[in-house]
Amino acid sequence: MAPLISIQNVAQKFGTRTIFKNVSFNIEPGEIFAILGGSGCGKSTLLKQIIGLLAPTSGQITVAGHSVADEVEAVRKTIGVMFQSGALFGSMTLLENVALPLAVFTDLPAAARNEVARIKLALVGLGAAAARLPAEISGGMVKRAAIARALALDPPILLLDEPSAGLDPITSAEIDRLILDLRDTLGATFVVVTHELPSILAIAGRCAMLDAKAQGLIALGQPRELQANSTIPMVKAFFNRETPS
Amino acid sequence: MSASLARADNRIALSGPLTAPGLGRLWPQAISAARAASGTPLTLDLSGATILDTSGAALVLSMETAHGGPLTLTGATPHATALLARLRAAQPPPGVSPGTPTPERPPGLFEQAKIRIEFFGVTALALTGLPRKLRFLRGADFFRIADRAGQQALPLVLMLGFLIGMILAFQSAIPMQRFGADLYVANLVAISLFRELGPLLVAVILAGRTGSAFAAELGTMQVNEEIAALTTMGIDPATMLVLPRIAAAMLVMPALIVAMDVSGLLGMGSVLMLFGFPASAITAQITSATGPQDFLLGLFKGMVFAAALALIGCRAGLTAGNGPRAVGEAATSAVVGGIVATVLLDGLFAVVFYRLGL
Repeated sequence: MAPLISIQNVAQKFGTRTIFKNVSFNIEPGEIFAILGGSGCGKSTLLKQIIGLLAPTSGQITVAGHSVADEVEAVRKTIGVMFQSGALFGSMTLLENVALPLAVFTDLPAAARNEVARIKLALVGLGAAAARLPAEISGGMVKRAAIARALALDPPILLLDEPSAGLDPITSAEIDRLILDLRDTLGATFVVVTHELPSILAIAGRCAMLDAKAQGLIALGQPRELQANSTIPMVKAFFNRETPS
Repeated sequence: MSASLARADNRIALSGPLTAPGLGRLWPQAISAARAASGTPLTLDLSGATILDTSGAALVLSMETAHGGPLTLTGATPHATALLARLRAAQPPPGVSPGTPTPERPPGLFEQAKIRIEFFGVTALALTGLPRKLRFLRGADFFRIADRAGQQALPLVLMLGFLIGMILAFQSAIPMQRFGADLYVANLVAISLFRELGPLLVAVILAGRTGSAFAAELGTMQVNEEIAALTTMGIDPATMLVLPRIAAAMLVMPALIVAMDVSGLLGMGSVLMLFGFPASAITAQITSATGPQDFLLGLFKGMVFAAALALIGCRAGLTAGNGPRAVGEAATSAVVGGIVATVLLDGLFAVVFYRLGL
């Protein structure tokens, strides 16, 4: 089976500063794939490259058979994105936030759009908050509403940037359970950018670890296997919450 | 192949891809068909549905609601059945309200007046307590604010001043030429610029550029809880953020008024020279018609306008609400409030100067 997302020899430089180079890995359909690493290693930069918000300095990224460099519109139709801050539109209710992509990209009548949006909010546990504004809900609810908006058009790929960062352990675990549930229910592929170790161990089937010092990919595999068997000091330190030796 | 509906007796068959992009036409038909069959048993056949995503599942659930009675599903794939079960389980119990946004109630006139008076009082207190809080001031911030409010506004002030001078000269020269008094255009423009138009126009520019910038910057700080952070650190926001802005605006205002006056006179002079008057005659008219008092009164008025504009801009920012809309509203409030306050103060000055014979 062809990989759903293919990242080949990708590099990113800002001026003379290299963020990462020679990053290559594939993401298969239906898996939950975590991109992880310490702060400043380029996780969110790589995510922006996959969405086509940032052109890599070199290398090639393809999503569902489309090159991000040449067919970014086709790529974006296959991707739903949850941004780190949620990025909900502050002047719209949660229902309006989720219904917006449906209004723009489908010919569903208004009542149908609202019904679909309401059901997506219910799917993430926000059925009783559909008429609230983003400023009136908690951080965990913002993240869940952002996931519902990313799901609006049922894209086959969902990119989640730090879905559980800054949340309490219970809410964080709820988000993890939601991601697993959505993967099982919808069959979607999840790419999760995170540095929350409990989340990585709970949800990710495979992961790629970036490192700022090494300026690139230092590990690729199953999180529990890396935790148990990796001999790379940075990987051992990350998975065992130690300072690297 | 697009999504379609077929109806026979007590059976509705949905076929094709039941996904959001293809449901626009099908949705009302399906809901009507389900509603028409209400009261009788209905079978929904999904064997022809090639894909069923959450939008398709939402349609099936809406049909169930529209039918209102028992609805038998046949032909659904295991994935579709699981998805429908998951969505049914996720529905909030009947009677649970989806919540309502807290209604936005703009403050009434009394409340607005109270906010303004309170802010003025807090700033006055910060000013009187300044000698004890000099550590709260940051020189670099002051010069950055002064640079943005003053030096960066200079090209705009020079250009507008020159154009306004030219326009005034042209407009007044036409009627005055009839009486052979076109040289007196110099008197008219000089007095207008020094006493009235110079400070007023610079105040409008300052309200648009600097007042709105103060409101947006402080409003963003308010939304990001930076103001709360300052307060909890024991740092008085009025001393650290408001006083330097007022001082910077008052500092740059006279310089901008001088620039406006000079460029306005140059614009007027260029028009009169086009009409054939020598520069020496124009200069003589200006010096005979105006004195240092006119010029200094303009500068004084300008400094008061600047203090009011900065105060209003800071007030709009620091009393902004929550959310991104609040920043825009604060900037609008700063510009509108600043211009209104400038005109009101100008009217007040006109009366006072008249009574004092100035």
